[in-house]
Amino acid sequence: MKKFSKCLALTLATAASLSLVSSCQPAEVVNVFNWGEYIDEDLNAEFTKQTGIVVNYKTYTTNEMLYSTMKSGGASYDVIIPSDYMVARMIEEDMLLPLDFTNIPNYNDIDPSKKGLLYDPDNEYSVPYTWGIVGLIYDASTTSEAPDSWTALFDKQYAGNILMFDNPRDAFAIALAVLGYGLNTTNESEIREAYALLKEQRPLVQAYVMDQVFDKMGGGEAVVAPYYVGDYFLMREDNPNLGVVIPKETTNTFVDAMCIPKSAKNKTAAEQYINFMCSTDSGYRNAIAVGYSTPLVSVYEKLKANDELEDICYPDDETMARLEVFINLPPETRKLYDELWAELMIDN
Amino acid sequence: MFAASFRLAFYATAICLLISYPIAYVVSRETPQVQSVFMVLLMVPMWINFLLRTYAWMSILENNGLLNKLLVLLGIGKVSIINTEAAVALGMVYNYLPFMLLPILTVLQKLDRSLLEASSDLGANGVRTFLRVVFPLSLPGVLSGVTMVFVPSVSTFVISKLLGGGKTLLLGDLIEMQFLGNAYNPYIGSAVSIVMMLIVLVCMFVMNKFGDGGEETSMF
Amino acid sequence: MSTQKPRFRVFSFALQGLLYIFLYAPIFVMAAFSFNNSKSRSVWTGFTLKWYGELFRDRAILEALVVTLSVAIIASLAATIIGTAAALGIHRMRKKTRDVVMTVNNIPVVNPDILTGVSFMLLFVAITTFLRTLGADISLGYWSLLLAHITFNIPYIILSVMPKLRQMNKHTLEAALDLGATPFQGFRKVILPEIMPGVVSGMMIAFTMSIDDFVISYFTSGSSVQTLSVAVYAMTRKRINPEINALSTIMFVSVMLLLVIINVIQAKDKNKEKKF
Repeated sequence: MKKFSKCLALTLATAASLSLVSSCQPAEVVNVFNWGEYIDEDLNAEFTKQTGIVVNYKTYTTNEMLYSTMKSGGASYDVIIPSDYMVARMIEEDMLLPLDFTNIPNYNDIDPSKKGLLYDPDNEYSVPYTWGIVGLIYDASTTSEAPDSWTALFDKQYAGNILMFDNPRDAFAIALAVLGYGLNTTNESEIREAYALLKEQRPLVQAYVMDQVFDKMGGGEAVVAPYYVGDYFLMREDNPNLGVVIPKETTNTFVDAMCIPKSAKNKTAAEQYINFMCSTDSGYRNAIAVGYSTPLVSVYEKLKANDELEDICYPDDETMARLEVFINLPPETRKLYDELWAELMIDN
Repeated sequence: MFAASFRLAFYATAICLLISYPIAYVVSRETPQVQSVFMVLLMVPMWINFLLRTYAWMSILENNGLLNKLLVLLGIGKVSIINTEAAVALGMVYNYLPFMLLPILTVLQKLDRSLLEASSDLGANGVRTFLRVVFPLSLPGVLSGVTMVFVPSVSTFVISKLLGGGKTLLLGDLIEMQFLGNAYNPYIGSAVSIVMMLIVLVCMFVMNKFGDGGEETSMF
Repeated sequence: MSTQKPRFRVFSFALQGLLYIFLYAPIFVMAAFSFNNSKSRSVWTGFTLKWYGELFRDRAILEALVVTLSVAIIASLAATIIGTAAALGIHRMRKKTRDVVMTVNNIPVVNPDILTGVSFMLLFVAITTFLRTLGADISLGYWSLLLAHITFNIPYIILSVMPKLRQMNKHTLEAALDLGATPFQGFRKVILPEIMPGVVSGMMIAFTMSIDDFVISYFTSGSSVQTLSVAVYAMTRKRINPEINALSTIMFVSVMLLLVIINVIQAKDKNKEKKF
């Protein structure tokens, strides 16, 4: 018994000291909510060094997770980085604050082609962080010829070796592209046709994945998979046989943009942070660390000068014209997507 | 969907019970030192984040994974487990086995040895003693183990995603999908949850009835 | 008990050995990949210690570690005290009431984590909103995380203490009280030793649940703190950062070392006792 109470006292003391350590909070803080592994981590420390503002940095996994966190009211962040269609949805639901661009002079460096896009037509709420393209990744050692079309994902010859997106928007976009429909269609029969195609594909699919695609493609577990082109370079480190194409149909190009939510407590610091992320140095370091395409002109020039530019991340204008940006779908269509997606997944 | 969840949870619980009971039984007859070492060794793996452990299982079970490499070395040939229901069940068993072992072991440890002696003195053989004395007395532990394994197995959501390749969707996944995931609709999510809770409550009610029998036996 | 037949011993050790292999194989795989040069968990590209170096420079992960450990320790201790007290009370109830209370107790266990998490969050948000109208500047953080952990741990304690109470001979306590023990003495000298294994295993389960929990922490931690599992889950967007593998390996090795040391000390104590 005595030993037990000694143990108890010891653990209590440890716990108390641990909680003391964890509860001391410095004065000025900016709360940042970003995707996991989507930054050169040293930049946060750099920002603190420059401004004295401590960065409280947390991460999330999906746009939907971000949305429900913001919606719930449990958290208050100063900077969030949703993707295009989620920016639009948040604007629509009045969840974002308009930015004061006099505090973000580096905004001038943003490529004009990345301004005024459909999700934020008047450039009021968002500053692009990175952008990218969805491509088709394949293992050249197990394919006879390099695929150039999304139809490879529906090809029986790869049965059991196909990976597919585990989220409705990206998965439906591929089916719609194969069928030749627009990625933002609100036509119910077109969407249902896409659903039928996905359902037909289901027996051929090895697994529905997001992040696990790295290890599965890197380890040679599967032959074809759709994913974000910027991530291809990480996979290639493990498996040099991998190749990537922008399929001949169409595909999605996306922008992840920095925004300030309504619940922000420190808007000035948030704008300082956004401006800092748009500096040439930060942008360059992020581009190297993350691998996604940069929206900053000066960073693009620097990458080009250093010969670190990956052509596939910056396709020519002709290809770019072919690609589509997701827009926020009307509520009925969102609901249809959700229902069909649940149905597709339930189908055991 | 409901069926798949309950089927897999049932398999996982049954397998856990089949593995746990013999082990708990032999361990309960070991010296106290061996027993305490056992209890601790059982819990330690769970202090490592379960996502990391499940990821490690992926590395082991994959088609080009460690298990298959070993089997090929031994000349047995490959098995394909990953992305099947078997893999999901294995993940459940792995994650929840301690919840079955601990309560059974706790009960067996407390078993009054003199009852066993009395039973054999009265002419019962080993099997009979086990069936008529040991097993009924250990029922409270078995029931608490069954509850503690079945319940999280039914409502788990990440395991099926990682080990089942997202193709074996379980109730937990459906709920997660509605609240946090790709088909945001908390109303359907809540409805599914309530239905599931009702079903689980019914299961618990049945177990309670059954468990009371066990309690009464232990009074004699 | 020490006079077991050798056949039994062999059988027993074989069973335990197989169990340990099953339980520890993934951990060794994980530990191996913490030395892998690439971030992959399927391709081995060479030996490195760099993840260990990077781990100690990663402020976010280290802070998450502190939060995780402190919450787990405080929550499991608090839940053990509350849960044991509750179990004692429930045990003394009439059977009907007891059944009802036990069923109510099982509901949080039954509830999918995600629902428990959402409900906690809604509750805490309501509380903070109310307090803010009173002028307090408060938002979700360490306190809500801790309260949630204490609460979801309590049912596990009750579940593991109750079987012990059921097995206990109730006449021993009556005898002690008849012989003049105060109720507290009765509890300390009679009940507690009897139920101790249940209390300890309950506390271990609670501690483990706390360390292992992701969903509830995710919902209740707000924007200022995070636990390790929340950090890990967010990482799965890309790949598990091997720093986490490295951290887990260190935790695993230190827990194991601690256990060995405790065992050695206990064995020494035993030897001393024998000499007297």
